[in-house]
Amino acid sequence: MKTLRRRQIQDKIMEGLLVVSTITVLIPLVIILAYVIYHGFGALNWSFFTEELGSPARAMQGQPTGLVHTMIGTVVVDFIGLIIAVPIGVGAGIMLSEYPEHKLNPVLRIMNDTLNGMPAILKGLLAFALIVKPMGTFSGLAGGVALAFVMIPIIARTTESSLMTIPWSIREAGLAIGLPRWRVVLSTVMPAAKTGLVTGFLIAFARAAGEAAPLMFTSFGNNYLPNHWTGMIFGPVDTLPQRLYSLAISPYAQWHQMGWAAAIVLLSFVIILFVAARLLTRQKNY
Amino acid sequence: MELLTLRKKVKSDNNTSSVMTTTNEIETTVEKKETSRVRMEARNLTIKYGTNVAVRNLSMPIYNEKVTALVGPSGCGKTTFLRSLNRMHDLTKSASITGEVLLDGNDIYDPKVNPVTIRRKIGMVFQKPTPFPTMSIYDNVVAGLKLVGIRDRKLLNEVCEIALTQAALFDEVKDRLNAPGGSLSGGQQQRLSIARALAIKPEVILMDEPTSSLDPKSTMKIEDLIVELKKKYSIVIVTHNLAQAARISDYSAFMYLGDLVEYGKTKKIFQNPEDKRTEEYLTGKFG
Repeated sequence: MKTLRRRQIQDKIMEGLLVVSTITVLIPLVIILAYVIYHGFGALNWSFFTEELGSPARAMQGQPTGLVHTMIGTVVVDFIGLIIAVPIGVGAGIMLSEYPEHKLNPVLRIMNDTLNGMPAILKGLLAFALIVKPMGTFSGLAGGVALAFVMIPIIARTTESSLMTIPWSIREAGLAIGLPRWRVVLSTVMPAAKTGLVTGFLIAFARAAGEAAPLMFTSFGNNYLPNHWTGMIFGPVDTLPQRLYSLAISPYAQWHQMGWAAAIVLLSFVIILFVAARLLTRQKNY
Repeated sequence: MELLTLRKKVKSDNNTSSVMTTTNEIETTVEKKETSRVRMEARNLTIKYGTNVAVRNLSMPIYNEKVTALVGPSGCGKTTFLRSLNRMHDLTKSASITGEVLLDGNDIYDPKVNPVTIRRKIGMVFQKPTPFPTMSIYDNVVAGLKLVGIRDRKLLNEVCEIALTQAALFDEVKDRLNAPGGSLSGGQQQRLSIARALAIKPEVILMDEPTSSLDPKSTMKIEDLIVELKKKYSIVIVTHNLAQAARISDYSAFMYLGDLVEYGKTKKIFQNPEDKRTEEYLTGKFG
């Protein structure tokens, strides 16, 4: 009986350790959230969501100022990134999961992991060379391309893993009724993996939404809304993570506070996306 | 007869080229069915996984409009052989195949032959029912037609009804064709898988232990169905259930450790086997 008791105690200790490590994971997050809210909440007012930033004088003289152009810019640039990254990332994910025997498969796997681990600022430099130089101007498009480089490897991996969860028998059943392989993947495997695929897009989107480095020499930043909406795509655009950075290194106390508020907005944005991803994976429709 | 009328309909209703090919394929089928008795034939077939020999130098015929049963203990290579008959090993990287598999005298492993065309002629039903999870019953049945671009609603409806009727499932599901395929019971799902295989009008149907995951009642239904289907199709069935092989097959092949030990009329194999191993297996001494 002694040994049984000992095992029960061991079980309790192990469980306790798990709880401790869980809390350790949560503590930094809670501290960051609390700190950000403490410093930034004061700057969150109506004009923060309706006005553009303008010059530092505006904030110092107490005139209404805000980051509406930054929030719109973030959504525009991130969506450009997503639109570019989804087809490429999904294609690569299909190659990884469905064509294991293909010659390019191992090469792709290594390249994809390398791209995923590459410093984000290099992706920004690449987009600078590819888009900004030829176009002669910083642009939302260039920022979107840079973010696409961030999203592609993530989407490729999540696509691969969600397709892998679909039993092989489904593919064989499709082949057995004389469907070509691409059709089997497109019409039987992918619909079955739909929730996993969308979750992957959301995760990639949320990851990219928090990136400042790739945007510094691509979308560059802007204190104003463009005169015409096309300016969001073809002209310099403000984005939250990168605006947060420039507000933080500015010499104005009011801007520092706005930086904290920008962090609240960005964090809420990312949290909403991750919660959406969670909810999506929970609903299984079969 | 209903199939023949349908074939004529296909011809008159449609102008797309893919449908025309299907029609042509069907028509050649009808001609050949009347002339040849040996539908498929394996010649000196050897299948390896890496260096592991799963099927060794196997030769046997598969007769038209007959049920051929493949029996033998686990690991004897019967499923491996069955899967080679419609090139299902193509996706298994380690599998290598030598020898020939003839369908109406033409080698299906000829490099010029597209495996997709072969699989449209040689359908397959698997051990576990495999309805496509996101599709309705209707879409499951017509998947083999719809997903290659046949859009004619009327034709699809007819094919669906005929295939489900042939698979003895129509009466049970006719009021809920739009329900998900996964909502059916295991036995119904297996008949749905059979209906899906029949919908593309194959010439040969391969069945890999189609009743092993089913209860006795569903098993009986599927067996009745097989006997009914052999009037029009050639059927090859892998089974662990010897009584089932004896009940429904016309020819039997006993395989052991990758070798074809004995092949012949089922009656002869079961009542008067020539090889000692066959006799021992059938009488339950091993396996």
